Amino acid sequence: MLPALPVLLPLLGAGATVVVGRWAWAQRVIGVTVLAAVSVVAAVLLVMADRGGPVVAEIGGWAAPVGIVLVADRLSALLLLISTVVTLAVLVYAIDQRIADYGRRTASTTFHPIFLVLSAGVSLAYLTGDLFSLFVAFEIMLAASYVLITRRTDARRIRSGMTYVIISLTSSLLFLTTVALVYAATGTVNLADLAERVAALPTGLQTVLALLVLVTFGIKAAIVPLHFWLPDSYPNAPAPVTALFAGLLTKVGIYALLRTRTLIFPEGHPSVLLLVLASVTMIVGVLGALAQNDLNRILSFLLVSHIGFMIFGLAVTDAAGAGGTALYVVHHITVQATLFLVSGLITRRTGTVSIDAMGGLAKRAPLLAVLFAIPALTLAGVPPTSGFVAKLALLQAGAGDGVATSVVAGIVILASLLTLYAVVRVWVRVFWGEPREPLPDNDPDDDLVVGTARTATPMYVATAALVAVSLTIAAAAGPLSAVTTRAGDDLVARTPYLGAVLGQEGAR
Amino acid sequence: MSAEDTRVPWPRWDSPTEDWMLPGDCPVTSERTLLLELAARILFPAVLVFSLYLLLVGHYGPGGGFSGGLVAGLAFVLRHIAGGSSEGAEIGARIRVRPPVVVGVGLCVAVVTALVPAAFGAPVLSSTKVSVHVPLLGEFEIVSSLALDVGVYLLIVGVVLDLLRSLGSGIERDALDAESEAAS
Repeated sequence: MLPALPVLLPLLGAGATVVVGRWAWAQRVIGVTVLAAVSVVAAVLLVMADRGGPVVAEIGGWAAPVGIVLVADRLSALLLLISTVVTLAVLVYAIDQRIADYGRRTASTTFHPIFLVLSAGVSLAYLTGDLFSLFVAFEIMLAASYVLITRRTDARRIRSGMTYVIISLTSSLLFLTTVALVYAATGTVNLADLAERVAALPTGLQTVLALLVLVTFGIKAAIVPLHFWLPDSYPNAPAPVTALFAGLLTKVGIYALLRTRTLIFPEGHPSVLLLVLASVTMIVGVLGALAQNDLNRILSFLLVSHIGFMIFGLAVTDAAGAGGTALYVVHHITVQATLFLVSGLITRRTGTVSIDAMGGLAKRAPLLAVLFAIPALTLAGVPPTSGFVAKLALLQAGAGDGVATSVVAGIVILASLLTLYAVVRVWVRVFWGEPREPLPDNDPDDDLVVGTARTATPMYVATAALVAVSLTIAAAAGPLSAVTTRAGDDLVARTPYLGAVLGQEGAR
Repeated sequence: MSAEDTRVPWPRWDSPTEDWMLPGDCPVTSERTLLLELAARILFPAVLVFSLYLLLVGHYGPGGGFSGGLVAGLAFVLRHIAGGSSEGAEIGARIRVRPPVVVGVGLCVAVVTALVPAAFGAPVLSSTKVSVHVPLLGEFEIVSSLALDVGVYLLIVGVVLDLLRSLGSGIERDALDAESEAAS
């Protein structure tokens, strides 16, 4: 029962917000209430999973492997909790941006429902214990994201939206093919059942399936060289939408990789392929960020770079690596969403996204400077922020595991330093120097309202709340990393998951 | 009149003609296709009944909420193509219920159906059978998941109506624009 609520409540909310489409206030109340309720459910699930093992819900009463199961173990409950909290903050920000831009009475028959549908898709992706449902979850998520990225748009954004849609459809097609191949090879799509049956397949076939899964989720997670679509499409959406996508969608890809690689394709030793991909992703991403002038593009490239950090944790393939990745995902969802929200605030203040055309914001908007500085330093991993805690967990996982991982651990440090350089560069150009007048909005009709200098206070509050969440992660680093360490142990041991889904017989 | 003249100009080849409700006294006769209108009048109720049939038999036989909803949606498409709406007026203006509301109600019904079993301690989305005795007609077995199908049915009908409203009247508006451009 409980694991189904994070999926069903947002869908119910989506239906309800369409029905009350004439009353903007009702839509806002429903959206916020539903996401707050899901956060509570996620917190309860996390406590239950941490104390008593994975919580399983059998849909329609059909047991695995025949029926579809929803499984909330430590990893999925933790990611569900942090994702929903971030989604809630982004929704509050978006609501107040819409009030500031379009007026208090403007209702929308698409924004709120689609936003909630996206949230339902993300929840389903975390909770499902079934490969085909995972595909459905991705499709729900992507279909909603197509709408959000192309709403109230102009030709330029349609073009970049097209890139996003085509790439996503390609990866969905690949995913569906993979599901079909997996089913043909094993006769099941239940993840726990697959864990046992894939191990019985010939090694070559296992490798092919593992590679297909890697490419499919690699596109969603934007691993270099499959990242090219991301810096082109994300920066062109409105700030809250970009924040949501950057915070959640790529991380869902990482989650899917983490789940499938630990459960279905476990490797006893560090994966060389993933180590190489992690290094390339970290370096290419951060170098791309250094070459950009557009604030949102810089953040998008940094996002790509930090996907490499999570792939590194994945490549180590032991319990510490998996736990480190989980901790890093938690930290990164929060900080990346915060940075894009701050970028939206900066853009509204300055009227431009080009960091060369900004300057002197530290004097004019000191609050904004603080709101940018904290997540930026967190992203770079300066102690004592959550970024430092997460990177430390990854480095500890990598350092003891042989020469190859130690070398890549060095690259992690290098990429962190380059990230620091990239955010300091932004800081110097945007916040120091001579104050400049805001540029006028050159396209008042689109969704990107810039240069209005009229920003609702709740937008600052929502952003500050996310900064506070990020600081809380740093403050609660001890208990949190204990949870992620246990989550990592669960993932690598596999037995808690298998036992919960298939019953005692499966836990042999 | 040559065959050339009776052809509808290209921007209007697919534009629906006359009124959505197929009024009897239509001043303009040149753009109506009598055959299609007549067919639509006869087929519309029959297709709707067929869609309800598909909805009801869906649990045991071929059909269900999705296909039933699509068939019902097709009935509306047929009526739209045959009757159209005058001057690009939205269908919703005549149906009284806005299509998104139909979608929303359908989604709510489906999700509530999924949640109701949980209130009785059963797993989410599980279903039960109820036997009903109707005088004259005999025994009926109603499966509780029929409510889910009804939700899906409404959702699909709503989506098709919304498509007609946005794309259908959009095409008409383009056709009218092209017409006025050609005239000027």
